[in-house]
Amino acid sequence: MTTFRKHSSSSFNFAVNFSLVADVISTVEFSHSGDLLATGDKGGRVVIFQREQENKSRPHSRGEYNVYSTFQSHEPEFDYLKSLEIEEKINKIRWLPQQGAARFLLSTNDKTIKLWKISERDKRAEGYNLKDEDGRLRDPLRITALRVPILKPMDLMVEASPRRVFANAHTYHINSISVNSDHETYLSADDLRINLWHLEITDRSFNIVDIKPANMEELTEVITAAEFHPHQCNVLVYSSSKGTIRLCDMRSSALCDRHSKFFEEPEDPSSRSFFSEIISSVSDVKFSHSGRYMMTRDYLSVKVWDLNMESRPVETHQVHEYLRSKLCSLYENDCIFDKFECCWNGSDSAIMTGSYNNFFRMFDRTTWRDVTLEASRENSKPRASLKPRRVCAGGKRKKDEVSVDSLDFSKKILHTAWHPVENIIAVAATNNLYIFQDKAN
Amino acid sequence: MSRVASRKDRVPRGSVKGPGMMLSKGLKRKREEEEEEGKEALAVDTWWLDPGHPAVAQAPPAVASSSLFDLSVLKLHHSLRQSEPDLRHLVLVVNTLRRIQASMAPTAALPPVPSPPTAPGIADNLLASSDAALSASMASLLEDLSHIEGLSQAPQPLVDEGPPGRPTGGAPPSLGALDLLGPATGCLLDDGLEGLFEDIDTSMYDSELWAPASEGHKSSPEDGPGKEEAPELDEAELDYLMDVLVGTQALERPSGPGR
Repeated sequence: MTTFRKHSSSSFNFAVNFSLVADVISTVEFSHSGDLLATGDKGGRVVIFQREQENKSRPHSRGEYNVYSTFQSHEPEFDYLKSLEIEEKINKIRWLPQQGAARFLLSTNDKTIKLWKISERDKRAEGYNLKDEDGRLRDPLRITALRVPILKPMDLMVEASPRRVFANAHTYHINSISVNSDHETYLSADDLRINLWHLEITDRSFNIVDIKPANMEELTEVITAAEFHPHQCNVLVYSSSKGTIRLCDMRSSALCDRHSKFFEEPEDPSSRSFFSEIISSVSDVKFSHSGRYMMTRDYLSVKVWDLNMESRPVETHQVHEYLRSKLCSLYENDCIFDKFECCWNGSDSAIMTGSYNNFFRMFDRTTWRDVTLEASRENSKPRASLKPRRVCAGGKRKKDEVSVDSLDFSKKILHTAWHPVENIIAVAATNNLYIFQDKAN
Repeated sequence: MSRVASRKDRVPRGSVKGPGMMLSKGLKRKREEEEEEGKEALAVDTWWLDPGHPAVAQAPPAVASSSLFDLSVLKLHHSLRQSEPDLRHLVLVVNTLRRIQASMAPTAALPPVPSPPTAPGIADNLLASSDAALSASMASLLEDLSHIEGLSQAPQPLVDEGPPGRPTGGAPPSLGALDLLGPATGCLLDDGLEGLFEDIDTSMYDSELWAPASEGHKSSPEDGPGKEEAPELDEAELDYLMDVLVGTQALERPSGPGR
């Protein structure tokens, strides 16, 4: 049951704690309750942070996230048939809803998805009969009496173990995974195909979408992201490099090559350019928590769509429109191909996405206000408020404004996540993870 | 008396500091000569629009489009040279290139991308993906593009990047699978199959491992006979190769380790 929080009057008043992760962060995801935050990195590692319990004796550390578990999820592999190295970079992490004491998550690289179980151990058994405390086997002839082993407390140990490996189902690079609301199945999507898996079955998957043309010469479009509907377990959406989104209903046919709905905004003729297609390419698609809307991120904007209206989005929020006149340079340095993600807050009243120069943007859908904030250590003292930033697109630069020409395009915020209930956000800036909390709490 | 706006006043914001300012501070420009073209490009901030756009009337589209065209071709080459190309990047660059091509020569009919004569069965049987077919189609697209004026100085799409003197233009992607047959291709060569395999790139077994410019996917056996830089495997040899690999034809030497 989500709690609906009212924003403070000045909106987005955040304090900070941050962590340095060893490698470039490639995905960030809160668990369903928000008490755990998982990050994946380019080195194939997963680092999970846990929120500290509120503690009256240490009021300042209320709600801080500390490292809970670290493990190597994927290793680099070599495909001998094709003489290719498969990167260990974690493309996506998705948590399963919690069902017991242990926590489960799916993590994927380009080719293989793994189900990990994260469990706590805070007791150990002592007094075994057949082995002594070192673990060495006791000589059976020396055992003269039986004893009952007893459980003794120990320092908390968090263990991660791989429970399933879902491999060999993707020819192309996996870009998305999404757990179904039935909690039994999930989808994985690569550039040309989407597969449906059962969490218990690793040796086969069902192909539900295939856009590979019979003749690869005719390839003009790839799948860029896919997600299951949060409540309707038969509904999924996938986005394309041409800026279109297709909604599929698995009840209508086994193979969802024919969409039920097709979302595309007609091109604005006045802003047409050689780069129109590239900037329209959708890099992320996310359903709202309510399931009524979905959000898409293209290069310059975030669009909110009503699932009942395919002709155009109901909202368009400009992320960094000042880059429109710089598209050629951004094409030249390949920044135009950067894939930004986007996310909703718990009540679907706000959305967030990243930009360059370690800036990220938040849009309040109710007040239609937006703000640009920066994730950087120089500007983030712990527990200090973040100062809104402004980019000067041209003309006279005011004090405290950053000019477009001095933006650092190597500092890109591609991955952000919002706590499912509270106003806590996680922002990945290259290999730094920032966690901001609303001080108004 | 109103002041007539001088040329100086119309210097766009973007060109004040120079072409490098759009890039992040740490990145180097790829090619020096592009910098000059880049300067021109940024100075006119509407040149990249389609020729149909009214704003382009001010700009010299032919010159500007040519540099964007060259840039796109370079990106395509670079993408194809990857051992496993990023399909999204590739598709977006190709689509953009087609758009530019169409705007540059609107009257000339776009040469239809011909289906490359596929080596019988090899691509289908040996490759899990159609990466070879994709590369082949890209290669033929590039071949068409090479006929367009101004591209003659661009590198031929399938120029080998391996050790000098070892042309791999004709090496079929299936040769990647041949690596499985034995640790040293030298053994296979000894038995008179030399002529067949002389253009195998054995750089994998040389001192540097995992050479990124593996020949696996960037070349195709389907190049027309007009291509001079690579010795071709003719269809009979390809058939033989195919049979060897599916086991209907025994190798002339007994199986060695690794078979």
